[in-house]
Amino acid sequence: MSAVLSVTGIAKRYGELEALRDVSFQACAGELVGVIGPNGAGKTTLLSIIAGIQSASAGRVTQGEAAAAWRIGWAPQEPALYTKLSVVENLELFARLERLPDPRAAVARMLEQTGLGERAREPVGRLSGGNRQRVNVALGLIGDPPVLALDEPSAALDPGQRERLWEFLTRRVVQGTTVLFSTHNVSEVQRYAGRVLVLADGRLLFDGPPATLLEQGGEPAAGDLERALVRFLGAGTPAHPEGTP
Amino acid sequence: MSSLLRKDLLILRRSRLLLALLVVYPVAIALLIGFAISRSPSRPRVAIVDETPPGETLQVGEQRVPVSQYTQQLFNQVDAVHVPTRAQAIAKVQSGDVLAAVVIPPDIAAKLASDVEPAQLEILYNGDALEQSLVRSTLDAAIAQANLAFSEQIQKAAGVAIGALLTGGKLGNIGAPENLIGLSQIPSTLGGIIARQPPGHVRAQLERVDAFAGFAAENLTLAKRVLSTISQPIRVKSMLLHGRRTPLNAFAVVVAVSVSLMFVCVLLAAGSVALEREEHTLARLIRRPPGANRSLISREALLAEKTLLAGGCAFVIAFAMLAGIGAFVALDWSRAGLWLAALAFGAVSFAALGVAIGALAREVRAASLLAFALSLPLAFLALVPAGSVSSGFYDAIAAISFVFPFKAALQALDAAVNGASPAIGLTLVHLAVLSVAFAALARLGLRHVE
Repeated sequence: MSAVLSVTGIAKRYGELEALRDVSFQACAGELVGVIGPNGAGKTTLLSIIAGIQSASAGRVTQGEAAAAWRIGWAPQEPALYTKLSVVENLELFARLERLPDPRAAVARMLEQTGLGERAREPVGRLSGGNRQRVNVALGLIGDPPVLALDEPSAALDPGQRERLWEFLTRRVVQGTTVLFSTHNVSEVQRYAGRVLVLADGRLLFDGPPATLLEQGGEPAAGDLERALVRFLGAGTPAHPEGTP
Repeated sequence: MSSLLRKDLLILRRSRLLLALLVVYPVAIALLIGFAISRSPSRPRVAIVDETPPGETLQVGEQRVPVSQYTQQLFNQVDAVHVPTRAQAIAKVQSGDVLAAVVIPPDIAAKLASDVEPAQLEILYNGDALEQSLVRSTLDAAIAQANLAFSEQIQKAAGVAIGALLTGGKLGNIGAPENLIGLSQIPSTLGGIIARQPPGHVRAQLERVDAFAGFAAENLTLAKRVLSTISQPIRVKSMLLHGRRTPLNAFAVVVAVSVSLMFVCVLLAAGSVALEREEHTLARLIRRPPGANRSLISREALLAEKTLLAGGCAFVIAFAMLAGIGAFVALDWSRAGLWLAALAFGAVSFAALGVAIGALAREVRAASLLAFALSLPLAFLALVPAGSVSSGFYDAIAAISFVFPFKAALQALDAAVNGASPAIGLTLVHLAVLSVAFAALARLGLRHVE
């Protein structure tokens, strides 16, 4: 399968601090990739560079041959929404800014996919945290990008809201969207991600399926990925296990 | 950009408090200033207690100058409220019914006539430091006017007395005999007598008296001329060399409109940029994924949109204010084109300052506070007149005022409304340069979005 996103030798320095060091990986269409690691590992920095919020000090992010258009959707950890505007007004604004050929049709599609049709006319400021996050993700997807970067999308959600969000995201993945998300919730990665990237101290330490991380962390196939991650980080392991890209 | 502008106008419309403020503020300020300027009393309301006996006069030569003339002069300078006693005057001042009270003592005529002790008035007032200063300066001016008019009366009476001494005749009630010879008549009268006198001691004495009379007559003539001069020793002829004179009322209008333009513009621009950060939408708007040929909106376009939003709103509000005040104060509507130019350039420069503040601040509250904290002293400093502070301090104030748009906007609007100097073209160029500088600062502030 050909890659839609290629990250090659990315580094990011803030003065003396090296937030990212020579990070490289590729993602294919329809992959759900979880980025995990301790605080300060460089997860948000990596997603910010991929989304174009900040530039890399070295390396490059390129379009894979499979991507029809160079667009990367993005949803930050804090919902980036106009709280005085309604759901539909927020969606329509960004549909117009994205210069979509039929903004109203795109808005209707997103309302249907997110299940927010009944709340469409409500100001975003009055929505629950879960619904705000759905609108936040919907804004990232309004232009139907081949790649979606999500920074801790479920951080402020209750279990029910998390479940609905992942249902929505996995549907998009099935439709071919590549979703790259950072999280502290390792069980989410175990349940939903097909692939996991482990970052620590700005370095990519692991890139492979969750089952391999379990194995390398000394856990059985149905074991605890979080425990495996802690053991893995404690032991130190090569970044690309055998058989992974 | 039009989508973003529509969005901001929609948000503005839904911010009811802000919208109400934007509508009510200019209307309230226009009405307040209009009424204050058009209805303000031209003379201060002052209680006057005249304790002088009725018909009291001041004797000057053969003339009597009624003391009531002085009281009348004072009445003409103020909105006089007659009060019979000092106690009642104090009560009126304390109640705020009058700004101050002037007590004319009963012995004023005696003291004016004596050359030992000057006549003295008593002024009673209260209030805070500013009010005291205002009342004191107003009363000082009124009393100076009254003194001047009264001294002219005395000078005229003294002139008549000196004239009588020179020309002779009746000298009035100063104990002089009737049909007295004038000092200037003595030389000719005495000359005939001296001519008939044989040389000797008597003739020499008469010649000395004749010489004295001639000298005294000459000097008294001079004294009369001097007397007319000392009542107002220096007269003022004023000439304005720099620009047209702006009436204070018209300048007050320009100040009010400029201050409103600045506050609305700076606060709105700073708030709208900071709101994009606070709602985390700034990064979403201006992010540019690697390889993409554009962001949703460029930083420059975003700043231009905020400038247009704030500048446009403030422009409409300021023009409405100017038109509203125009209902009370005579403004030259034939210059309306210049007003619009001055307001437009001022609005853009204030908006540029606002977006710079908004770009540098991280949240709306901080941006609003910074905008307010900066605008207020800027307005204050720009109104400090030259000569009221030390020259070094004034130079520092002038430098600060030069690098911010308030003074330039004030001068532009003053030139547009009142034809004051400096010329409007120069101030518009100044505003344009400041707009570019603050826009560049704002662009720098948006360099990092996270």
